Formats: sequence, C-alpha cells, structure tokens
Amino acid sequence: MAISSKKIVLDGIWYNNPIFRQVLGICSTLAVTNLFVNTAVMCLGLIYTNAVSCVTASALRSITPFRLRIISSTLIIAAYVIVLHNFLMAYLPDISAQLGPYVGLIITNCIVLGRVEAFSIQNRPLPALIDGVSSAVGYSIVLLGISVVREALGFGTIAGLSLPWEFTKWTIMLMAPGAFFMLAIVVWIARWWGMRREELQKSSK
Amino acid sequence: MQEVGAFVIFFASIFTSNILLTNFLGMCSYLSVSREIRTAWGLGIAVVFVMTITSVANYFVYYYMLVPLQLEYLEYIAFIIVIAALVQVVEMIIERTSDRLYASLGIFLPLITVNCAVLGAALFLIIRKYDFYQSLAYGAGSGIGWMLAIMALAGIRAKMARRSKVIPALEGPGIVLIVTGIIALGFIGFSGIVQIN
Repeated sequence: MAISSKKIVLDGIWYNNPIFRQVLGICSTLAVTNLFVNTAVMCLGLIYTNAVSCVTASALRSITPFRLRIISSTLIIAAYVIVLHNFLMAYLPDISAQLGPYVGLIITNCIVLGRVEAFSIQNRPLPALIDGVSSAVGYSIVLLGISVVREALGFGTIAGLSLPWEFTKWTIMLMAPGAFFMLAIVVWIARWWGMRREELQKSSK
Repeated sequence: MQEVGAFVIFFASIFTSNILLTNFLGMCSYLSVSREIRTAWGLGIAVVFVMTITSVANYFVYYYMLVPLQLEYLEYIAFIIVIAALVQVVEMIIERTSDRLYASLGIFLPLITVNCAVLGAALFLIIRKYDFYQSLAYGAGSGIGWMLAIMALAGIRAKMARRSKVIPALEGPGIVLIVTGIIALGFIGFSGIVQIN
C-alpha cells in the first residue's frame, strides 16, 4: 500500500480533519479553549503524544496480538502522557495547574486511539509519524481558532494581550455553552464549504 | 474538602457541575449513541454503574497502593487498567447472572473503557482530594448527570428527526452541538443552588 506523504498530510489537516469529519476527541481539549495559551500548550502536547504513540504502535505492530491491540495501544499512549504530564509540571507549573486533569485525559482522547487503530497498526513507522503529526495539527488548528474567538470575545484579549478597543465582554463565551456554540459554527462552516465544493465539481463535469 | 458533605457533592455533580455539560467529558459516545432513547438509556445505565464502581476502586488504588509506594505518577496507567479490568468483570458477572440485562447492556460495556468521563471522574476526585464517601457520591452523581444529559439529547433528537427540517450542512454533529449548548445554558440556571469548584 503506497500512499504518498502529501496525501496523508492533506487528509489529516483538511479533507479528513478529525473535527469536521468525525467530531472526535473534543472531550479533553475543548474544555481549555477559553484561553489561547492553554489551548496552545494542550495542542502541542497532543501533537507530541499522537506522533510518538503512532510511531511506537506502528513499530510494535507485528508483535502485538490482535485481540490485545486496544489495551496495548492505550498503555503506550498512557506512558507518553505520563512523560508529558511530568514535563509540564516541571517546566510550566502554572499552566499545568490550570489544565488540571485534562492533560491526563489525552489518554482517552479518541483521536489518538483512533489514528493508532485506523492507520498505525497497518502501516510502517514513517507514514505513521506523518499521519500522526498531520491529523493532530489539523485538530490543533481548529481548536486554536476556537480559542482565539472565545478569548477575544470573553476576556477582550488575545494570548494575554488586550485588544485596542473597548466593548462589553461576552461572559457566555467563557462558560461551557460558548464552546459548544463555537464548535457547532466551525463544523457548520466546514461542512457547508465541503458540500459547495462537491456541487461545483458535479456541475463542472 | 472535608467541609463539603457527600450529599452536596452528589447533587452538585448532577446539576451544577455536570461532567458533560461543564467539563466536556464523554463527548464522543454522547454524540454517536444519542440517536435513540432506548440505546441512550442502556449506555446511560451502564455508565452510572461503571462510574460508581470505578470511582470507589480508583480511590482505594490511589490512597492504599500508589501513595504508600510513592508511585503517584503512575496514576494514569493504574486507573486505565482498573477501569478496563472492572469493565471486563462487570461484563462477565452480568453475562452469568442476567441474560436480559446482558442483552441490553452488553454491547455498551466495552465502549465505556475509553469513555473520557470515567477516567475524568477518577482524576477529578484525586485532584479535589475527596474522601471515601465524597468519592462515592461524586462517581454516582457524575454518572447520573451524564445519563441525564444523554437522555435529554436523545429525546430531542428523536423528536427532531420526525418533525424538523435541519439545514443540510448542520445535520448530524452541528445541530447536536447547538442543542447541547442550549441544554448547557439551561443547566446554568441550576448554578448557585449548590457549589463545588
């Protein structure tokens, strides 16, 4: 099975973006999208975890018994998340305290397990690495976008820097419903765009 | 956290700090298994069951195994294994004892192992330093709160499927997220009755 790297990257970031297509794995990261910096740290953590877990699962694929693959993938992911958690506690203690349990919840993030299960198990380590990084990057772009809007409307700042004009802050953007509505809008736009593209392709034939 | 009673935590985890609507945990199965009320009910009951048991088990594993051995940093791996093992045990017990219960819950149990809410509840009760009764109340309350949310959504989706015309681009996850947002807004009305952080 020879899939070109370019196709894997484009698939992960846009065409098969985990958020637009499947709405997977939002549990652990959506909760921290009311601040840009926290989201960025969380997304970097996710990219790291996804990349190394995919490579490891792919390298071990020939010796992993089929029936035990889910539990072994989960343990691989958990081991890397422990490394990440300790790294954050040592070097970014403030952010680590704010993120609380959500770093640990990367373990049950459906995206990581989903990519390991759907791609790494059947492919060699290098394509698995590319796939892991690009799907995590695709996911991060969406969440960073959401966090910019939520922070700008809710706190009037972007990454801690205040906006030049004054306006009434939207408290709802800081609370849970704001995140649900923002994600719904993003999914709406992405699907609408995809549908329009398909229609254009059909009519041009 | 000694001053907060277990009963308060039980109610707070159902209404004011609902694990799904305020902490976003357990979204994946919430979005995919909420099409029918019957299946939502089955999964909901299974989650309540598993969450109560695993919260208590994880409490004991953490304070009586990991803390004395100074292995707190292994909490993630320990919790995952406890949850996976307990789900297996529950599945086997149900299979042996009640055919009817197994027929309705059987397919949902494996899904729960990777439900973020179960691991999330375990991590929250460690971070908030709950004692035994508080952990029990928090586990049960969070499970019931999750079930309440998925039942509410399943009811709305079932009605929506029959009566409403949804914009094609919003169909599926889009409209579900908007409905969830509105349910979450409704639950904000409960805040102030009881408060835990």
